[in-house]
Amino acid sequence: MDLSFILIQALNGLASASSLFITACGLTLVFGVTRIVNFAHGSLYMVGAYTAATLVPRLLEMSYGPATFWAGIVLSALVVGLIGILLEILLLRRIYRAPELFQLLATFGVVLVFQDLVVQIFGPQDILGPRAPGLRQPIEILGRRFPSYELALIIAGPIVLGAVWLLLRRTRFGILVRAATQDRDMVAALGVNQALLFTGTLFCGAFLAGLGGALQIPRVAANTGMDLSVIAECFVVTVVGGMGSVPGAFLAALIIGQLQAFGILIFPKSTLVVVFLLMALVLAIRPNGFFGRPEATGGSHVVGIASRAPVRSGPLLMIAVLVVLAALPLIADPYLLKVATEILILALFAFSLQLLIGVGGLVSFGHAAFFGLGAYGAALAVKWLEASMFVAVPSGLLLAGAGGALIGAFLVRLSGIYLAMMTLAAAQILYAVAFQWVDVTGGDNGIIGVWPPAWAGPRAIYYLLTLAVTAIALFGLTRLIDAPFGYALRAARDSEPRAESIGLAVRRHRWLAFVAAGAGAGLAGALYAFSRGSVDPSLLGIPTSVDALTMLLLGGIQALTGPLAGAAVLHALRDWIMPLTPFWRLLLGLSIITMVLIFPRGLVGTVFHGREERA
Amino acid sequence: MTLLEAKGLRKAFGGVVAARDVSLTVERGEMVALIGPNGAGKSTVFNMIGGQLRADAGSVLLDGVAITDATPQDRFRKGIGRTFQVAQAFLSMTVLENIQMALISRHREALRLWTPARERYREDALQLLAQVGMEGTANRSCAELAYGDVKRVELAIALAGDPKLILMDEPTAGMAPAERSALMELTDTMTRSRRLGVLFTEHDMDVVFGHADRVLVLLGGQIIASGPPEEIRRNPKVREAYLGDTHGLRPLLTSSP
Ligand SMILES: Nc1ncnc2c1ncn2[C@@H]1O[C@H](COP(=O)(O)OP(=O)(O)OP(=O)(O)O)[C@@H](O)[C@H]1O
Ligand SMILES: [Mg+2]
Repeated sequence: MDLSFILIQALNGLASASSLFITACGLTLVFGVTRIVNFAHGSLYMVGAYTAATLVPRLLEMSYGPATFWAGIVLSALVVGLIGILLEILLLRRIYRAPELFQLLATFGVVLVFQDLVVQIFGPQDILGPRAPGLRQPIEILGRRFPSYELALIIAGPIVLGAVWLLLRRTRFGILVRAATQDRDMVAALGVNQALLFTGTLFCGAFLAGLGGALQIPRVAANTGMDLSVIAECFVVTVVGGMGSVPGAFLAALIIGQLQAFGILIFPKSTLVVVFLLMALVLAIRPNGFFGRPEATGGSHVVGIASRAPVRSGPLLMIAVLVVLAALPLIADPYLLKVATEILILALFAFSLQLLIGVGGLVSFGHAAFFGLGAYGAALAVKWLEASMFVAVPSGLLLAGAGGALIGAFLVRLSGIYLAMMTLAAAQILYAVAFQWVDVTGGDNGIIGVWPPAWAGPRAIYYLLTLAVTAIALFGLTRLIDAPFGYALRAARDSEPRAESIGLAVRRHRWLAFVAAGAGAGLAGALYAFSRGSVDPSLLGIPTSVDALTMLLLGGIQALTGPLAGAAVLHALRDWIMPLTPFWRLLLGLSIITMVLIFPRGLVGTVFHGREERA
Repeated sequence: MTLLEAKGLRKAFGGVVAARDVSLTVERGEMVALIGPNGAGKSTVFNMIGGQLRADAGSVLLDGVAITDATPQDRFRKGIGRTFQVAQAFLSMTVLENIQMALISRHREALRLWTPARERYREDALQLLAQVGMEGTANRSCAELAYGDVKRVELAIALAGDPKLILMDEPTAGMAPAERSALMELTDTMTRSRRLGVLFTEHDMDVVFGHADRVLVLLGGQIIASGPPEEIRRNPKVREAYLGDTHGLRPLLTSSP
C-alpha cells in the first residue's frame, strides 16, 4: 500500500462524501423545519437520477457540450423540486402534527407509490446516463488514473455547502428556516406565512435530493433499488451529524465517505456494517449526534394502549376463536392453511411490536431485525448443527432475544426520532451481515431446506402447531402487558418524569421490553422459516419492518387485538390482490397514506372508539 | 435532625443562571413556601432537590445523608415525593391505577410478569384516593379529569410512596379558590399529623400566608429573604420585588433581571 494508493482512496472517499452530503443536506433541512423524517427523500433522489439519465442524453443530442450537461442536471433537480412542492401540499402539510410513527409510515407509503410509478414511467430497465462532456478522460495523480468526473463531484459538495450557507445566512427565507429549525413556535408567533416557508423548504430539500441523484448518472445506472439504499445512508448522515444541522451533515458525510473508502480495505464486504456501527457509536456517546439538540418529547400517550375495563366475556370469546381456528383444517385446503399459518405468524410478529410501540411508546422502525434473527437463528441451527425443528425454533427465539438485549442496550438512552432511526440502523446492519457474509448465511440466496420433520410436514399439522405456539405466546404477552411490568412500561411512556419519581427504573424496563419483543418476533421468524422452508435477507429488510408497522396501524395501536386483525387484513389483501395487479405497491402505499390520514387509530381502534363514543 | 438541607445549589442553562447559591432547610412537620416571580428559578430548585436536574454546584442532604447525585428513583426510595408544575400523571390509566402503579413500585414489584396490575393494592390505593377526596373518580380515566383533579391525583401518587418530604410545585394551579384552600388544608393537616416536611411554591399569596410556617423569596435565582410569613410581608426588599396590595404580595416582575 503506497502513498498514491492511499491518496486515490481518500479522493474516492471525498467523492462519495460529496454525493452523500448533497442528498442528506436536503433531508436534514426538511427535518429541521418540518420535524418530519421524510422517508421519500430517497425516492426523490431516485427520480432525480432517472430524470437526468433520460433527459440529459436528449439535450446532448440537441447541443453537445459541458454547459448542456450541467444544465440538464440542474433541470432534473428542478423537476424533483417541483415534485417536492406537490408532496408538501398534498401530504406533508396534513401530518405535521401527527405522531412521528405516522409521519414515517405515510412517507414510506410515498416510497411505495414512487417505486411503481418509476417503473411505469421510465421502464423496468436500469438506465446508465451519458458521461460528462469535458470530463471523460481520467487524470493522472501520482502515476495513478483517477476519473475526472469524481473530481468534479468532490468540488460539488463544498459548492452546495457554500450555496446553502449563503441561502441560510443571507436571505430572508434562510433566516426563517433557521428560526424554524431552532424554535417552531417562534415562527408561528412572528406570523410568518408558515405554509410558504414549509413548501419552500420542501422545494429546496427535494431539489437537493434530485441533484444528488442526477449527479450520479455517469457513475451508476439509475435503478429501482436506489431509493432505499440511499435513504439508509442519508439517515445515518443526518443522525450522526445531528438532525437539522447542515454543518453536522457535512462533517458526518466526510467521515462516512472516508470510512467507506478505507473500510473496504479492512472489511472488503462490510462497508455498510462499518457505517452503521459508526452511527451506533456516535449515538451511544452523543444521543443527539454531533450538532443536534435534544428534541422535546412527550404527548406520545395519544397513540398507545390505554386501560379498558376487562370484558367479562373476554376469555370465553378467546376460547371460541381458538376453537374455530383449530377447526379450520377440517374445511380448508392446503393453500388456505398455508395462508392461515402465515397470518398467525405475522400476527405474533406484529403483536411483539405492539409491546414496544403501543405499550412502551418506543417507536421501532426496524422490527424486522428480530424477525430475521429468529428466522436465521433457526435456519443456521438446521444448516450448521443439523438441529431438529424443536431445537431450531428455540434457537431462533434465543438469538432474537439476545439481539434484543444487545440492540436494546444501545437504544434505551435514545428517544423519539433518534430511537426510530437507530432501530432502523440496527436492522440494516443485520441485513448487511446476512447479505454479505455469504459463507455462513448464503448471502442473497439465503438458506434453503429448513423443513419441519416429516410428521409435522402436512400443512394441517404445521398449522395446528403454529396455532398452539402463537396462542401460547400471545397469551403470555398479554399477561405481560397487563402485569406490573407492562403497566410500568406504559407509565414511562405516559410520563417519564412521573415514572422516575415513583422509583421506576425506566431504562431497565425498556431494555427488558426489547428483549421480550425481540424474543416474540424471533419466535415468529423461526416459525416462518419452517413454514416457507427457507430464509433470505429480505426477512431483515426495511419492507418487512414496514409490514409489521402497517399491520399495527391497520389494526390500531390502541387496541390489544389490533395487530391480529391487522395481520389478517394485510396478508389476505396481499394474497388476493397482488396477483391481480402490477400496481400492488402503489395500492399498498396509497392505502397506508389513506389510513394515516383517515384512521389514525387503525381499523379496530376506530371501531372501539366509535363504540365508546356512542356508549 | 434537619429533614432537608440544601446548600449552595447552583444551576445554569447556557448563559442563564437559573439558581445561584440557594440554601434552604425544611424540618419535619414544617411547611416551607418558596415564592418568587415567573422565571425566578423555583422549579429549577425543585428539580435539583427532586433529582430531575443535576446541580452544577452545592449539595442536598436528606436526614443528613447526601443525595446530591442520587437519581429520582433513589430519592423516591429515600422518602421524597413530589408533584410537578405541569401535572404529571399516567393519562392512559384510570385514576386508581395511577395510585396502584406507585404502590407497586414502592413494593418493588414493577418487574412482576403475571398477575394483573389492576388487582394489586386496590384497597390501599382507594384509601389514598379517599384522602385527597378523589375516591369517586377511581375508575375514571385519568385523561378525562379536570386539571385541578389531576393535581390531586398527583398528590395521592406522591403520598403512595410514604414520603418524609413532599415537594409541591404550584400544587393548586388550575383550581378554583375553594378547591385550593381545601387541598392546602389537607396538606396542612397531613404535615402536622404525620410530621412530614413540605416544600411548595405558589403564586396565590393567600395560600402562602395561610399555610406556610416559613417563606423563602427567590429572585433572579437567589434567595433574597426568608422568615416567618409576617416578616416577609413587611420586608422592604420583597416589597420592591413585588408590588404590595391589601392582601400582601402580587408579582410585579414577570421575568428575572
Ligand atoms: N431546561 C431549561 N433550559 C434552559 N433554560 C431553562 C430551563 N429551565 C429553566 N430555564 C430558565 O431558568 C430560569 C428559571 O426557570 P424556572 O422554571 O426555574 O422558574 P420558575 O421560578 O419556576 O418560574 P415559573 O413561576 O414560571 O414556574 C428561567 O429563565 C428559564 O427560562
Ligand atoms: Mg416553575
